[in-house]
Amino acid sequence: MPIPATTSQTVGPFFSIGFDRLCTNNLAGPGVSGERLTIEGQVLDGDGQPVPDAVIEIWQANTHGKYAHPEDTQEKPPEPGFSGYGRVPTDDNGQFGFTTIKPGSVPGPGGKKQAPHLVVSVFMRGLLKRLVTRIYFPGEAANDSDFILSLVEPARRPTLIARKVQGQDGRLRWNVVLQGSEETVFFDC
Amino acid sequence: MAQIRGYRRPEPGTQPPHLHPPYVSSVKRAPTKPLVVIPPTLSEITGPVFCPEVVQPKACDLTSQHAGHPLGQRIIVSGRVLDEDARPLANTLIEIWQANAAGRYLHKSDQHDAPLDPNFTGCGHTITDAEGRYRFVSIRPGAYPWRNHHNAWRPAHIHFSIFGPAFATRLVTQMYFPGDALLPFDPIFNCTADEKARHRLISHFDWETTIPESALGYKFDVILRGRDATPMES
Repeated sequence: MPIPATTSQTVGPFFSIGFDRLCTNNLAGPGVSGERLTIEGQVLDGDGQPVPDAVIEIWQANTHGKYAHPEDTQEKPPEPGFSGYGRVPTDDNGQFGFTTIKPGSVPGPGGKKQAPHLVVSVFMRGLLKRLVTRIYFPGEAANDSDFILSLVEPARRPTLIARKVQGQDGRLRWNVVLQGSEETVFFDC
Repeated sequence: MAQIRGYRRPEPGTQPPHLHPPYVSSVKRAPTKPLVVIPPTLSEITGPVFCPEVVQPKACDLTSQHAGHPLGQRIIVSGRVLDEDARPLANTLIEIWQANAAGRYLHKSDQHDAPLDPNFTGCGHTITDAEGRYRFVSIRPGAYPWRNHHNAWRPAHIHFSIFGPAFATRLVTQMYFPGDALLPFDPIFNCTADEKARHRLISHFDWETTIPESALGYKFDVILRGRDATPMES
């Protein structure tokens, strides 16, 4: 008989004691190849108030579209020194920001490539289990045929696509909106 | 084409809902729209890999991080990280954090009027061995008050953060202590419908790992999602 997976519990308000060690605002050190991007945003609650005690975790492929993981058996080059993992807490104003490289495409359902994306976990006091979402990139033709985006009703897809910051190359904006008309799409994966 | 083997969805009732009104903080933070169910892709069945070198060997002993010993009942918390088919999960990073013996966290937002302990930070990490085993030395955390409802007290607990083999297996949970009188009143402990699932969050006192003249042993196994039986085309 299988043993059911352990019940999730909230990270609570004091997670930084345990989480700080792996926090970073730069996933791609010098020498990591790829297009460098800074992604900034804010976590907002149901009253539109900033959430100062949230933390997001990012998981992504390298610039060639390969994950640093044994189950990615694609014949694509690895990127030494790039783990693809990042952990970023919000500040007192609910803001977060990190620099990384834009990932390449990875395979998706039906043998079709997925549009470039980061997968994201969101943790905070008040969340008894994490929220899972994705960050896609603006102006990407592949977004239109992405299998996962196609499962989301069109009106809500923009919540998953980062926006360009006008006049600033390489800077993107992407918020986590927990409730309301602009509520971010969260996945059951 | 490569085959993708995903991770099993939870047994009904064994995981909490996002919205659990008795836990007041969930009311403004739980999503209101249904989650979008997606099939597993390479992005979810892979995840961060931590090599044993990233682990500081002394970080598993929370009682030896300062010049003196922390106050409180010394404990050994150990167990295994397994999947739902009881397969051990090796090389899995575990992070823990907790209050001190007086029920106070070393955190700027903790305003509880209880003393800090200069010999206790309350933070540790380790990585599981080939059999999925882990072991921490710590002190038993105190209960502490919070403002969720009138006269609200959190039962003693240790926060656990576990990565597992994939993005899909990431888990954050809390370990409780047997016989804690506060458990029936705690909305966080009681957020999960299935009583057996709730009670698996309570560690067991363990003679085998109790050290004579030194420390009480508690056992706590963590189970992460198992693999789907059938692979999908991807």
